[in-house]
Order: sequence, then C-alpha cells, then structure tokens
Amino acid sequence: MSLLDVSALTKRFGGLLAVNGLDLSLAKGEMLGLIGPNGAGKTTVFNLLSGFLSPDRGEIRFGGRNVVGLKPHELCRLGMARTFQIVRPFPQLSVVDNVKVAALARHSGMAQALDSARAVVERVGLGARAEARAGGLTLADRKRLELARALATEPSLLLLDEVMAGLNATEIDAMVRLVAGINAEGISVLLIEHNMRAVMSLSHRIVVLSFGEKISSGTPREVAADRRVVEAYLGEEYVHPPQA
Amino acid sequence: MKLLILLAVAILAVLPWFAGSYLITVMIFIFFYAYLGQAWNIVGGYAGQLSAGHAAFVGIGGYAAALLSAHAGLSPWIGMWIGGALAAVLGAVIGYLGFRFGLRGFYFVLLTVAFAEICRVIALNVDAVGGALGLYITFTGNPRQFQFQDNRAYYYVALALMLLATAVVRAIERHRFGAYLTAIRQDESACEALGVDTLRVKMQAMVLSSFLTGVGGTFYAFYLFSLQPNAVFGIPLSVEIIIRPIVGGAGTVMGPILGSFILSPLAEISRTYFAQGGWNGLHLIVYGVLLIAVVLFLPQGAYPALLRLARRRPA
Repeated sequence: MSLLDVSALTKRFGGLLAVNGLDLSLAKGEMLGLIGPNGAGKTTVFNLLSGFLSPDRGEIRFGGRNVVGLKPHELCRLGMARTFQIVRPFPQLSVVDNVKVAALARHSGMAQALDSARAVVERVGLGARAEARAGGLTLADRKRLELARALATEPSLLLLDEVMAGLNATEIDAMVRLVAGINAEGISVLLIEHNMRAVMSLSHRIVVLSFGEKISSGTPREVAADRRVVEAYLGEEYVHPPQA
Repeated sequence: MKLLILLAVAILAVLPWFAGSYLITVMIFIFFYAYLGQAWNIVGGYAGQLSAGHAAFVGIGGYAAALLSAHAGLSPWIGMWIGGALAAVLGAVIGYLGFRFGLRGFYFVLLTVAFAEICRVIALNVDAVGGALGLYITFTGNPRQFQFQDNRAYYYVALALMLLATAVVRAIERHRFGAYLTAIRQDESACEALGVDTLRVKMQAMVLSSFLTGVGGTFYAFYLFSLQPNAVFGIPLSVEIIIRPIVGGAGTVMGPILGSFILSPLAEISRTYFAQGGWNGLHLIVYGVLLIAVVLFLPQGAYPALLRLARRRPA
C-alpha cells in the first residue's frame, strides 16, 4: 500500500495554474524524486502536501487518510516532515536547541527532547557544532540543521526541498550519503532536487513537472531518456535541431 | 547566581524597616512596573507579539475589582482574580483576532492600541462606571479591602507580585511552552513545520499575560484609590509597561526587573527634580533620549549586555 497518494491536485494563483491535475504516489520506504525546470511548481506541490497551502481541487491521502485541510503542525504530528528550500533556522538558538524544538513534537519532557535532539545532531554530522548559534553556521551546516530538525520530528515521510542547493561537490557527496542512509532506515523520502547527479543516484523513481503538469515519470534511466524531459529542460530545438 | 538572587530578595525583604517613606514609594513603583513588564514579557518578549495596549488589561482588572467592591461588597482580594479573568477574556478576543487572521508586526500593534482606546472611550462615556470623572475608592484602611495604613504593606504586596510573575516566567522558560514561544518569535512558519500549533501557543501566551496584567489592575486601583479612564486605559501607561522589559531585555527573565530598576527611579527622580526647577515634562525628554540610546547601543536590552560583560571578565 502506498504511503502517499495524490490525485488530481490543482492549485491556481490568479491567472497562473501552478499545479494542474497532478497524480502522484509514493510507496512505503520509497525515495521519489520530483524534478522540473525553475517555476515548474515543485515547491508549490510541497506547500500543498505539507499544509502551507490548500489545494483548489484534488485529494491528498497520507497513510490512507485524507489530509486536505490539515494544518502544517497537524501533518507534522501525523509523520510528514518538510525542509525549506530557503533554510529557516531559529538564528538566535544553538544548533541543538533548534533541533530540540522539533524533538518536542514527540517528547513532552525537555530532558528527553534534548537527548533525542543530541542524537539527531550527531546523526547528521553536526556534533561538533551542537552548541554554536544557528545564525552563524555555513550554508552547508544550515542545510544539515534543516534536515536534522525535520528528522527530529520522527517522520515516516520526509519532504526535502533542494537540500543540495548551494553546496560544493564534497558537501553534496556527504549529503547524498546522509539522505541515502536515512532512507535505508525506512523513512520514505520525496526529494525536490536540481542537482541531477544527486537526484539520479538517490531516487528509485522520478516524476518530472513542467508548467504545473506531470510530463514524465519512471526510473531515473527512463526519465533521462524521455525526450519530453529533455525538451522541457533544454528547449525544443535541442530535440529537433533546426534544419540548416 | 542562586545565592545572589537569595541575597537580593533578603535585602528587599528587610529594606522597608530601614528606609524612609519616599524610598518605599519609589520601590513600590519599581516592583509594580516590573510586575506589569514581566506579565507583558510573556507575550511581547518571549513570543515576540508586540502588544501596545496592555493598559487595557490594567484598566479592566482595576475597574472590575473596584466596581465589585463598591457595588457588591466583594473583597478586592477576590475581585482581583475576577478582574484578571475578565482581562484574560479581552486578551483572548484580541489574540484571536490578531493571530487567527495573521496580523503581524505593526498591524498587531495597531490592533492592540485600538482595543485599549475602545476601552478608554467606553470608560469615559459610561456614567455607571464613573464616566469622565473616573472612579474613586473610599479609604478605609481595612486590609480586607486591600487597603493598608502602612505603606510597607503595599511594598510587600508589590514585591510579592513581582516575585510571583518572575517565578511564572522562569517556569515557562524551562518548559516546552517557553521553548515554543522563543522559537515562534524567531520563525513562525518553521515552527508550524515542526509540529508547533502556533495559534494555540500564542493564544495561551496572550491569555496568561493579560490575566496577570489584569490582576495588577487591582493593585493599581487600591494603591492609588482612583481610576481615571485616560490614565489606566491610555497609551502612556501601555508604553510604561512595554519600555521596562525592552530596556532591560525582552524575552529574558531578569529583563523587566532590571529595566524597572533603571527606569522607574529615573522617571521619579527626574520628574521631581525637573518639576522643582519649573521644567515640567522634561523628564519625558530624558526618558526618550534614554530609550533611543538603548535601542542604538543595547538593542537586546541591558540584561543580555550585562551577561556578556560578566562572561568576558573571567576569560
């Protein structure tokens, strides 16, 4: 049975159809990549799934339950956690206190939440920076912190919005290993990613969005070979070179 | 630190037996404004929701206790809780309107000011609550009526209020509620994504804050023996409530107390000093200059700056 089932999901902003009739399903334990050119509607899909926006039409079933209309904090408690493309740490709190706020979703006592937060901070490789103020972290560390906070809410589904963006090659390799490890532990992942190397190596399946519509889906290999995808990314003339 | 606090409390506890009545009066105002500042600190400091209409809660609490005492013979010792509860109801209404409909920053400030002004205009125009003349409380000197012959009794009540509110804030800071408030102040959307019901948490902060402020209204009424709509519901009182925690350090346990120990004597001394020289109103300018200085040089308040100093010295 699938963990997440999205059907006919539609969101309009004024005259712009940001997401149009999207169908999507994600099996338990799966890592699904969501890719598409800039402005394709990927982040809007995340905002719809995580309750920050409400859809105009369509259904979202999470764990067999219709979750349209639930608030972000309710979805978090149900086990859906997200990161933000533009990271949003609590800048004046330390790394571990940032994660503690998230851990409090599962542990009501401050001591247990702190223990759990420390474990997650170690897990994402921020152990040495645990007591540093979040506002002073490098971008790579802030991305790890964003991931740590989402993990600390103990999700069954993790929505990752461009966790590789802005990282250098070494940092990307580390992040890929980290995300793969998290998925291997049984947490399902929906991954928005622009870094093709990362998304191709991580995803079991990939869904491609363009102008709010699904134009392709399949294994990374299938999607890479699909000319509609190449067209969407590189323009029509790349697929049909103009005759000289 | 613990020892230091115990020592300070001990000194404050025995002070009235060595101090003159003027100093006692100044101390009463220090404690009382520290108490109001501490109550405001919960929603304005920790949660970062800038209420600029907290005078409304003082007024509601004061009027409720005074009217219940005058017309129903109810002791203000009981009336103060009813006044607090009524203030909390108003706080819930303001909070719901502001938080549910996403009024942030300036818009929330305006909403809170508007409600305080509504209260002021109502109190000015409803004769049943004294109208423009205000409410006067007959002095009986009966402790059951929250009235004392000896100024020192007010001193201890005000001190107790300040310590009580401080204990409440300290407890908040150590629990989940406090962690959530601090996080909400820094990034509300991130909190929602992490499972925090921000509407509910902010409502709780607003209700608790307005309740405590309303309780303080009883002290105001029965210490000054009069309630004037322009004074208890006016913007100046709201500002007095806010600036102490801001100067001392909003969102810290000690901020409102430190701020009150800085500002209340300053206001008092400069008021009498300048008034003697025929410079009425100059103390407000001194106040203003100090506020600007704090905003410029100690944007997080005096207490965090003191902590930094104390940490630097041994290193």
